[in-house]
Amino acid sequence: MTPPPPSPRVALFVTCLVDLIRPQIGFAALRALEAAGCTVIVPTGQTCCGQPALNSGARDEAAAIAKRTITILEGHDAVVVPSGSCAATIRVHYPELFEHDPAWATRAQAVAAKTYEIMAYLDEVRGWRPDTALAATATYHDSCSGLRELGVKAQPRRLLKGVEGLTLKPLKGDETCCGFGGTFCIKYPAISNAIATEKAGAIDASGADLLLAGDLGCLMNMAGKLHRDGSTVRAFHAIEILAGMGDGAAIGEEA
Amino acid sequence: MSASAFTRRADAALADPVLKIAVERTAGTAEAKRGIAVQHFAQFEQARVRGAAIKDHVIEHLGHYLEQFEAAATAAGAQVHWARTADEACRIVIEICQAAGAKTVARSKSMMGEEIGLPHALAEAGIGRIETDLAEHIIQLAGERPSHIVWPAMHKTSEQVSALFKQHHLEPHNEETIPAMAESARRHLRDGMLGADVGISGANFLIADTGTICTVTNEGNAELSLVPPRVHIVTAGIEKLVPSMGHAVQLLRLLARSATGATLTQYTTFYTGPKRQDDSDGPQAMHIVLIDNGRSTMREEGLAEMLRCIRCGACMNHCVVFRQIGGHAYGGTYPGPMGAVLTPALDGLAKNRDLPNACTLNGKCQEVCPVKIPLPTLLRGWRERSWREGLEPVSVRQGIAAWAWVAQRPRLYRTAVRAAIFGMRRFGRGWIKALPMASGWTAHRDMPAPAAESFMRRYAKGER
Repeated sequence: MTPPPPSPRVALFVTCLVDLIRPQIGFAALRALEAAGCTVIVPTGQTCCGQPALNSGARDEAAAIAKRTITILEGHDAVVVPSGSCAATIRVHYPELFEHDPAWATRAQAVAAKTYEIMAYLDEVRGWRPDTALAATATYHDSCSGLRELGVKAQPRRLLKGVEGLTLKPLKGDETCCGFGGTFCIKYPAISNAIATEKAGAIDASGADLLLAGDLGCLMNMAGKLHRDGSTVRAFHAIEILAGMGDGAAIGEEA
Repeated sequence: MSASAFTRRADAALADPVLKIAVERTAGTAEAKRGIAVQHFAQFEQARVRGAAIKDHVIEHLGHYLEQFEAAATAAGAQVHWARTADEACRIVIEICQAAGAKTVARSKSMMGEEIGLPHALAEAGIGRIETDLAEHIIQLAGERPSHIVWPAMHKTSEQVSALFKQHHLEPHNEETIPAMAESARRHLRDGMLGADVGISGANFLIADTGTICTVTNEGNAELSLVPPRVHIVTAGIEKLVPSMGHAVQLLRLLARSATGATLTQYTTFYTGPKRQDDSDGPQAMHIVLIDNGRSTMREEGLAEMLRCIRCGACMNHCVVFRQIGGHAYGGTYPGPMGAVLTPALDGLAKNRDLPNACTLNGKCQEVCPVKIPLPTLLRGWRERSWREGLEPVSVRQGIAAWAWVAQRPRLYRTAVRAAIFGMRRFGRGWIKALPMASGWTAHRDMPAPAAESFMRRYAKGER
């Protein structure tokens, strides 16, 4: 295996939710990647990876969005995404979308092979460690796509261990789905709520001040439930903590 | 969107606190015990790979193994029948019962029997039915259907069962503790089992080279309901075939651990043909009904991997949705993730389109499946078909199509994001308590309001 280039040109795909709801996750990603020695490019044509179409069964729509996204991303050394499920869409599902289209399949596979969830990239590819401190206790939820489709489990914990003053507390059922499920939470809100209620209970019982995870969708679901139930647990994307941005407004707090 | 039948059933289940307790007790215990069993089975992953390979091989060469099984079973003295559909299968079973002059049958729990509607067919034919599995007995008394493929009465608490037994069982009425309830059921069921004319079972495995069928139970009810009667009828799906006993044993090692966490079921019995001349007991006749009921179509239409299923129930025990709504809400014979794949195949996609959609695609089911069925992929396949066939609600179709169109036009998309930020922030800063376009969300939880400007806009302005 050839060693990674000293300063790889990394395309940051911020994801539609980060773009719309919480831009500081994008800036945290940018900051961490630069600290890890990357030259970060934010391709201007990016929108959404197409996951809502893909998960709704709208294969043609998903493929059309995928083609655009591949075109935008393919000219870089790596593609880094601050979301396990969006990264998995590109890495796992884009190639599947072009099973019967060899030309696009080749391009999809090439992009897939260099697409990473951000914490996996920082930890495994760049061997980066954070240089920041935060006096707090936190608990970590493993979002399902990152965990099961990309094997993101140890990487965020290894990185978070490097944050001075931060104590990680175990979360009971940390690998259990929070009930977000993308379009699922809109299509079946009552079932989603029942699942989220149990997750919020487990987070509260962890005794941590902060809830961390790697996917904004799941975080919005869990934080929204915690807040509705009157919990004082505050939620951040883990990359915000790693980039030294954990002293600002948490999810749902107006900056 | 008007509430579908599935949503109404799910809502009713969510509103039932007793159901939640009952499901959690059994599924929670099963999950914990399976976890320990798998931990102590060093070659579990290799066993899964082998298990999947055995089933794939058989499914690929189904014709060969079906012929081999038929020849071997016939040579052992059994009669083999073929049924293309559920109705055909029921008709064959009823005709055998009638030819045997059967007044009552003892049935050993079988999901295939449920799938083809055998309890109903027997009732229509005026043939008495004794359910010999304890949980099946409970739901027969309650007049219900199974809610789980391993624990049919999972939805009932012991308190509810106690009340049911007091109502239906003979004296004495002291069914308060679980041992007392089991004793009461034993008294009630034993005479029925021994007095039945016909015993009906399913099969966990059909062993091709010897024509043997295998059943697994933890109560010994299969043996007691299949050996004494004059006739033994087996209803089995054609995907239950394995080449040899050795292959069945490999799958048995996966089955019990995945289902209950036990190393092996209490009773694992192999039946080859009816009573032979020198046998001390056994039925005079054995009939094996091999049922397709959509399986050949599934094999041809991209669901071949589903035919690996050995009916352990691990997928539903570990499913966050099943754990909230239980089995009845799924509306079919099979609940949970495997049911969400099977029911549209057995009962049509149009009236079951909710099932593959009511899943978070978290992948836990695939992770625990002992034969590595890619359940999320198969569920996605149904979603794609539902979309292609125009079965998804108009609001979803139009919403996704419009959004996808905009998502391919970055400049328009940026404008749409600005509009969305403006629109959402009118309903709140920080936390939004109620958002009309996402009322399903804000009915139950708060929604973080978007920041004043999008990432792409701030980045374009030079912010870093």
